[in-house]
Amino acid sequence: MYDFAYHKPGSVADAVKLLADPDAKAISGGHTLLPALKHRLNKPSALVDLSGIAELRGIKRVGNAIVIGALTRHVEVATSAEVAAAIPALAYMASHIGDVQVRNRGTIGGSVSNNDPAADYPAAVLGLGATVHTSSRKIAADDFFQGMFTTALEPGEILTAIEFPIVDKAGYAKMKNPASRYVMAGVFVSKAGGAVRVAVNGAGPCVFRQAAMEAALAANWSPDAVANIRQSPDNLNADIHGSAEYRAHLVGVMARRAVAAAG
Amino acid sequence: MPQVTLTVNGQTHTAEVEGRTLLVELLREKLRLTGTHVGCDTSQCGACVVHINGESVKSCTTLAVMANGAQVTTIEGLAAADGTLHAMQEAFREYHALQCGFCTPGMVMSAIDLVNKHPDGITEQQIREGLEGNLCRCTGYHNIVRAIAAAADVMHGKRTEIASAAQ
Repeated sequence: MYDFAYHKPGSVADAVKLLADPDAKAISGGHTLLPALKHRLNKPSALVDLSGIAELRGIKRVGNAIVIGALTRHVEVATSAEVAAAIPALAYMASHIGDVQVRNRGTIGGSVSNNDPAADYPAAVLGLGATVHTSSRKIAADDFFQGMFTTALEPGEILTAIEFPIVDKAGYAKMKNPASRYVMAGVFVSKAGGAVRVAVNGAGPCVFRQAAMEAALAANWSPDAVANIRQSPDNLNADIHGSAEYRAHLVGVMARRAVAAAG
Repeated sequence: MPQVTLTVNGQTHTAEVEGRTLLVELLREKLRLTGTHVGCDTSQCGACVVHINGESVKSCTTLAVMANGAQVTTIEGLAAADGTLHAMQEAFREYHALQCGFCTPGMVMSAIDLVNKHPDGITEQQIREGLEGNLCRCTGYHNIVRAIAAAADVMHGKRTEIASAAQ
């Protein structure tokens, strides 16, 4: 790891000032960034540790939504009675990220800002149609994820919270790599009235919505409805862990399991 | 250089570190607490697990500066001053839950956090799932799982000493 300066601001405003340096990077749990720095994939001039900013913590219900602060760790979402009561699929998803130690450190804001193709949270954000709150604006999930490790966040803009609407039904299923526990293919489904969302993670370079499955589930909410919908392998990820065709097949399997889990 | 002050196994330490110094490097190289191991160095194997404020974390994926002000417990901090082993250590010995021993410090630290998080009792399935972040290449895990179940009985006050492995 290359060395860097280290800052620990106490407020979002101070953090935004420090992150005005284009070579500075924000860190919270560090469970994605530190492995990347160890590989010297990145050479930040400074790390801005957000963990001292109290206003970025916590889970609260606001109207018909659950709002989760960016610094909230996976273990906190996984064990939150409020999340379990309102959006059980979200608590389930958080309880299956990485392993115990990753969940003890990793944060929702870090996972979503980083937008790793194999991360879990982007599927929940897109699959629930959440709203991303930042230091300067609110961004709809459909506009937030823009490509591999790329989001709508501008340089110096900090993700502060995520607002998840409480839906009628939601479910998540994934196939994970047995060694790294990263997602090979995952599907998050939700239903709110007649609106159905199906978000696929792990399989492509960026989380995406599966329109054919959404239409089928809107007409008939059951695992059988997506049984005959084939995901195209075009533009899906292919690596030593699995081919694009394998991942495309997994998308169908995970979609059926996710709908079954949603009930 | 940044300065960190942290409490390790009840003792307060202040050290100058680089921003990039990992917690495990501070523990092993500055404080000479070499019981915490570095296995994969990629946050997958769990040999480096320590407790920060009572929760298990991978110290190879935590910056030393991020542990500033924290209470850290390492494998060296478990046994009593007179050398009496922690119930988890005693159970690992009784159940032959180690062979080469490299993963053992991390296994023990993860196991203690796991048992503490299940105050009403823990099932074999919960133990196996809870060890997801700790890899052992010798034992096949069976004796580790048996040891943790035996230690849980003592940590939860159901027994006063570790049940014999022969039973």
